[in-house]
Amino acid sequence: MSSTLLNSKDISRAVSRISHEILERNHGAGNIALVGIRTRGVVLSLRLRDKIKEIENVTVDHGVLDITLYRDDLADGIHKPELKKTEIAFALEGKHIVLCDDVLFTGRTIRAAIDALMDFGRPSSVQLAVLIDRGHRELPIRPDYVGKNIPTAKSKRVQVLLAEEDDEDKVVIQEQSN
Amino acid sequence: MALSTKNILGTKELTQSDILQILDTADSFKEISTRAIKKVPALRGKTIINLFFEPSTRTRTSFEIAGKRLSADVINISGSTSSTVKGENLIDTARNLEAMSPDILVVRHHCSGAAELLSQFVDSPIINAGDGSHEHPSQALLDLLTIRSHKGDLKGLKVAIVGDINHSRVARSNIRAMQTMGMKVRVVGPPPLIPVEVERLGVEVSHNLAEAIKDVDVIMVLRIQLERQNQGLLSSLREYSNYFCLTSETLAQAHDDVLIVHPGPVNRGIEIALDVMEGPRSLILNQVTNGVAIRMALFYLLLGENNANPN
Repeated sequence: MSSTLLNSKDISRAVSRISHEILERNHGAGNIALVGIRTRGVVLSLRLRDKIKEIENVTVDHGVLDITLYRDDLADGIHKPELKKTEIAFALEGKHIVLCDDVLFTGRTIRAAIDALMDFGRPSSVQLAVLIDRGHRELPIRPDYVGKNIPTAKSKRVQVLLAEEDDEDKVVIQEQSN
Repeated sequence: MALSTKNILGTKELTQSDILQILDTADSFKEISTRAIKKVPALRGKTIINLFFEPSTRTRTSFEIAGKRLSADVINISGSTSSTVKGENLIDTARNLEAMSPDILVVRHHCSGAAELLSQFVDSPIINAGDGSHEHPSQALLDLLTIRSHKGDLKGLKVAIVGDINHSRVARSNIRAMQTMGMKVRVVGPPPLIPVEVERLGVEVSHNLAEAIKDVDVIMVLRIQLERQNQGLLSSLREYSNYFCLTSETLAQAHDDVLIVHPGPVNRGIEIALDVMEGPRSLILNQVTNGVAIRMALFYLLLGENNANPN
């Protein structure tokens, strides 16, 4: 049982709007850098970068975070995701960093991402852009830019599919399957 | 995603997918050592004991740095300062250490099989950091990582391992790991230093250095182990050097893009000439850098595995 929450057009409109909001809030693309959280946050961050380039004709710095080593459930041994590379090839000092992820849920991933980011330097600010905010936060974390707020039951599973990883653009909600 | 083994005793037990997983994980860890803050919290609260009964600079430091970069607490115990000088035996030492709940034991010992023996008496995962002339798996893995990062793919590569194969745990670990990865291995050295069993491993044997390196992608030069040369297998170091020292003249026989690796420490001018050691094809320091990433990967993968199956 799954139903579609956003289709490809909805996603593209959300990316457009978030790009404009990022530029408005930071007064242009001057000191912005986008950092995507693996895996689908990276796709979102690259789309935002392309959109910002389209609007302002500026290519902003871009980085990739793998937060595996910062997870708070690593010691449980339940999650053992494959460790991939973190790539942050620019200095964070003086930059407004926009962290990008597909779904904001408990907030634990973002906590880990902020910790990981701080190990690379001291940015001027860290902002958060997500495609879906589904609620149920377990930490005091809130997004600055949201594609769509979707109130969900905690037992449901929200899945973001993006063409670069999944061959199509779509956000679906389904019953937990395990 | 977990290794097929609880301990890293040798490359003999590692499958191709284990090795690939270790190399890929290590590749991701390399970046951490280039940061201003070279530390991630992954193994916070874990304890690693380095138990070294043989001298070591590179390996012990490498394991220690690897543990610390993952936020583990690392304790070093060396043979000369441990209770073994009071007559405590290896197993008792390990059992007592285990009573203090370490999460991993890293062991180097001059007897072949020491790490495996310990693994039968303690529950903590054990990493063999060199046992006699038997195995030194983390060295072979870092060699593979270094070679792979320069050649892209390991499969089909030809390697010449030059020197004292007989006493070399590095050679034994590498031969097995390289064969698992589909590489072709040739060993080169004077007949007394090449053990008879090596041909049974499916390895080519050569006694002529210039001939043996003509068609290879990688030359691995081994250290002449001066401390293990009391059986009269070598008539003199000078004679060995005359025939088997890798000099720029000999190297001219090899492909232009051949890679040179050496597990260190180097006897300059005995097994390798100074200009070759410091030349553009030498990856010796690169290997040392990669050693930290490999050991981080081993700690990370073993501790995860261990946690997934408590007791």
